[in-house]
Amino acid sequence: MSCEVSLPEAKKVAIFGGTHGNEMSGVTLVNLWLKNRAEIRRSGVEVQPFITNPRAVEKCTRYIDIDLNRAFTPENLSKREAEDHPYEIKRALEINRIFGPKGSSDAYDVIFDLHNTTSNMGCTLILESSQDHLNLQMVHYIKQAVAPMTCSVLVNEHPFLQYSTSRSVAKHPIGLEVGPQPQGVLRSNIFQSMRLILRHALDFIELFNGGMEFPPCTVDVYQVTERVDYPRDTNGNITAMVHPNLQDCDWEPLNPGDPMFLTFDGRTVEYKGGNTVYPTFINEAAYYEKQQAFVITKRGTLIARQIKVSKM
Amino acid sequence: MVTVADQEEERRSSHLIYKMEVVSLPAVSRVAICGGTHGNEMTGVFLVKELQKRKRKEEGAEAPDILPVISNPRAVQRCQRYIETDLNRCFTTATLSVPVSDGTPYEIQRAQELNVFLGPKGSVKSVDLVCDLHNTTANMGLCLISYSECDWISLHICRHLQKEMPSVPVRYIHYDVPLSEAYSLESVGKHGFAMEVGPQPHGVVRADVWGTMTEGVRLVLDWIKRFNSGVQFDDKVMEIYTLVKTIDYPRDPETQMITATIHPQLQDHDFCLLHQGDPLFLTFSGNTEYYRGEEPLYPFFVNESAYYEKGIAFLLARKKKVNIPSVRVMTRESV
Repeated sequence: MSCEVSLPEAKKVAIFGGTHGNEMSGVTLVNLWLKNRAEIRRSGVEVQPFITNPRAVEKCTRYIDIDLNRAFTPENLSKREAEDHPYEIKRALEINRIFGPKGSSDAYDVIFDLHNTTSNMGCTLILESSQDHLNLQMVHYIKQAVAPMTCSVLVNEHPFLQYSTSRSVAKHPIGLEVGPQPQGVLRSNIFQSMRLILRHALDFIELFNGGMEFPPCTVDVYQVTERVDYPRDTNGNITAMVHPNLQDCDWEPLNPGDPMFLTFDGRTVEYKGGNTVYPTFINEAAYYEKQQAFVITKRGTLIARQIKVSKM
Repeated sequence: MVTVADQEEERRSSHLIYKMEVVSLPAVSRVAICGGTHGNEMTGVFLVKELQKRKRKEEGAEAPDILPVISNPRAVQRCQRYIETDLNRCFTTATLSVPVSDGTPYEIQRAQELNVFLGPKGSVKSVDLVCDLHNTTANMGLCLISYSECDWISLHICRHLQKEMPSVPVRYIHYDVPLSEAYSLESVGKHGFAMEVGPQPHGVVRADVWGTMTEGVRLVLDWIKRFNSGVQFDDKVMEIYTLVKTIDYPRDPETQMITATIHPQLQDHDFCLLHQGDPLFLTFSGNTEYYRGEEPLYPFFVNESAYYEKGIAFLLARKKKVNIPSVRVMTRESV
């Protein structure tokens, strides 16, 4: 049973780059658009490009004190801005003040947060809710618009594995993750792909605000279920690498018994789960310290209800 | 990769050149295998840690003493290229003699410690060979990088790897810099080279790159053992790449921020000959910038992440042939 969802205009939109200071596509695009907004101008939408972690960008490092993309917790956001905090908590409070407050009616309507990954994930759109029909319609529109280029949709609603992202201050947060690209490097193909996705995303918002109705549709997604760490010794050092058969195979099925890790002394460690799963974020550089070799997902299909703008 | 045409050319050249005498060289008895000179180049870090675990000496007098060294432990601990300054630029004679005080950058102090442990650079006490392990984000396969085009040991080792690792491109790159100005770690040993394997993102360890580097190091040690045991390695003609110049990204004159990416036709095309008129960069506004040099040259270190801050988009090299003489270990009789 589907019924139409009437939603207010998405008038205030932000594009975040440099949430991780060494993920270069977003840093470059946002800096480009801060100088010249022509490409991101759409009628009926105010689009604000923004460098979220300027000190990390300046040092071309992921973060200064703590990961900004984990910093938007209720606990952190209730701290007082004037007090002395780690740099990224101060930034989170500032960003929440400018683009939030998170959870309030004043918050920005949509925030796109631009990221790169060393994993072979291609173009991936990351959602934090399976019930956000505006976002579901948007990703559906983008996927169709960029075809035959593929765009995967990752949904992270996991109670423990979901994290407090910078984009989460908005009513409709969307993560754009494009890889593979090494940290600190700007690759032309990756840069152009991200630029193209944003072009279509802004087109969608303009069309939606202009009154276009988007009929019900289905969206194939990957839903985060589990994370898998590297095998480690008693000192916490990793003792194996992602197996060559799994390396670069993001989104491909991993079956019980398939090779998963290769130890430094040449032994294969197999996947011992009961079902076929779909791994992603395979061998992301930044996740070694977060105890994550890859993330396990299951495939699903979400239904996006018909949406139409309701102009007040 | 050695082709049939290469082998033919080698046979013809060696027939024409005057047969060089066999060069007698001292045994390679002490070998330093260094990893983590840049703390986020992971393959070398893990390889050295595995060597440190193994420790037991191989039997036989021909096997060299292996010194596994984590060059920059603080940077390794933080998984960063360096703490204060690039360690692999600290080995010039001048920097190695800088008086150390509390304010001296960590890496300069560390370079001087390494010079005591593995050197002193230029002296008879230094280790016989330094093999310094690196990774690059550039698509370079396996490269041995050296300051010398007449270090016969290093050149024969390279040839050995080329023959025994046919599925991996193995190349020798020569930086024509005098020893006193040679700034990297391998210049501390009597012989030495950096072993650079890519592409691999920094902070990541890929199993395929691990396989290439471990096999490369195994073959280096294998050659040394055979050389020390008296095997003669015959003269050869080898192609090497000599650094000519570096090329920076186009930048905004005010902000110095880059205004283009490496062009898709150059990206991942290390060692593909660049001709005048070939694309180099694609600006953010969609224009192509072209190579204007008259001499065709070979690009390498194309889009290495650590080089953005050094003002380098890629380097250019000339290919040349080098005649390598036969070598054999010096025995008491031949001294």
